This record gives sequence, C-alpha cells and structure tokens, in this order.
Amino acid sequence: MEAGVLSEAAAMPWRRRASEKTLRKEGRIWTLWSVAILITFGLPAVVLVWIEPLAFPVSAIFLGHAIAVLHLQARRGARGVKPMDGAATPPERRALGLLGDLVGHDARELLTRTGLALERGRLGTWLVGQEGAILVRPGGHRVHCFCVRVGEAGDLPAADRVAHLLLALREDEEGFATVANRNFSGASWRLRLELPGRVRPALAVTPPSPSPR
Amino acid sequence: MSRLIRLDRTGHTELASWTAEDSESQRAAIEAFRRELDEGMLASATLADGSAEVVRELPLDADLVVLRRPIAGG
Repeated sequence: MEAGVLSEAAAMPWRRRASEKTLRKEGRIWTLWSVAILITFGLPAVVLVWIEPLAFPVSAIFLGHAIAVLHLQARRGARGVKPMDGAATPPERRALGLLGDLVGHDARELLTRTGLALERGRLGTWLVGQEGAILVRPGGHRVHCFCVRVGEAGDLPAADRVAHLLLALREDEEGFATVANRNFSGASWRLRLELPGRVRPALAVTPPSPSPR
Repeated sequence: MSRLIRLDRTGHTELASWTAEDSESQRAAIEAFRRELDEGMLASATLADGSAEVVRELPLDADLVVLRRPIAGG
C-alpha cells in the first residue's frame, strides 16, 4: 500500500480518487442538475400562464414541485452528517474527552455547541459528524456533503464515531473523500436552511480556507 | 510517556504505554499493537502538526497511537 493512503481507499481501486479537480467537476454536475430541475418544472409553468393566465394555480404547483425537489436534495445532505448529542453515559463522556483532546481548543467549543468537529484541510474546511461530513469549499459558497461511517459502529459512543472519521480524514483527506458517498453538493445557504438550528453556526463560523495548492 | 489506545464501546481503552528508556514496556506495546492489527484494527499516529499518519508498525517515538475500526461509505 502506498504510504499515507487511507487503507479503506486503497481497498477500492475501482473508485476514482477524489481531488480538487473531481470535486470541482462534481460541483458543476450538481449545479447543472439543479438548473435542469428548475427548467423542467419552471418552463411549463411560465408557458402555461402565458397561454392561459387563469391556470396560474397549476403553474404554482409546477414551481412548488421544483422547489421541493431542490429542498429535498439539500435535506438529504443535512441529515446525513448526524451531529453528536450530549454525552449522558460514562463511556460517552470518556469518548468526548478524547475527541476534545484530538480537535484542539478552538474546535472544542464549536464541537460542544454544534455537535460537529471542525477540521481544516487542503480541499476546504470539514465539519465531521457521526455518520457523515460537510466539506465547505474555499470561499465558503459551496458545500459537499458526504455520507461515511464506521463499518461496525453499533456499540460505539457518538464521540468515538466522530473520532474515527476525524482520524481517517487526517490520515488522508482525499482518500476520505474517495471512500465517502456523496449525497449533496450546492450552495451553502441551501444546506444551512435544512440544518437543525443548533448546527447552523458551524457553517457560519467556517472561514474561507486558503487556496488549495 | 507514549500511549497506545483503542477506540471502543467504553469510550477508549489504553492498551499500553511506554517510554524511550523502558524496553520492556516497548515490547509489550508492540505486541499489543500487532494483536490489534491482526484483529482488523487500523492504527493512526498523531503527529506534532496535528495531522495523523496510517502506521503498520508501532512508531515508538509517537506520543499517541490510536487504533480505530475501518470506515465505509454510508
């Protein structure tokens, strides 16, 4: 195995390794998809009103459908990340203590407030939850949501699940993005609308990352 | 003092600790490390700059080595 490559990514040779270039391409595809949805439902809505203005309720249903689909896309991304809740049992507190040591002082406060662990990488700024991660791209305008989890996590405390993902991310950022499944990419404001209220500040405090090398 | 810990249902378990001067503790840590890898765990050594590195042999100069389970796309 190549040094520095995530073991799980090395075990998936058929999957193209994620990179700055592949993320940009995926972002464009998601944008085109969103535009296609708007055109598919929006164009008939406009034409219908142009032909018969009294048909505007039907046009509104068409437009509502387009907006609902766009919301559902972003909601899928928001739900995939699964932030941590409070640590109620001794194992959960113990796991949270270790995770706090791993993330460092600044990210610890955000972790307590939002349940997400912040990690800065070359591809952008990551917000890691129990079963997924949000990548905020440099500039903060676009996010990618990834669905990724510990293989056998049934008995693990929530903070340990986050620690697993955080360590894998630190070992090999691109490998981590390769192993993870994508479930949303789009404007960060779209994701913010779908995130639970306590989690939204995590997106707000994410400053722009330095330009990727 | 360097530590080898495993993330598990208890939060985490310290499997071994060692110092540069104590070869006996180093040997015990290496044995514990290999045993865990044989059982399918992956090892991650935390580096000074905050990043982590996948390791297949116990780095005796590392402060903290964490054993974790494999991850997968959800």
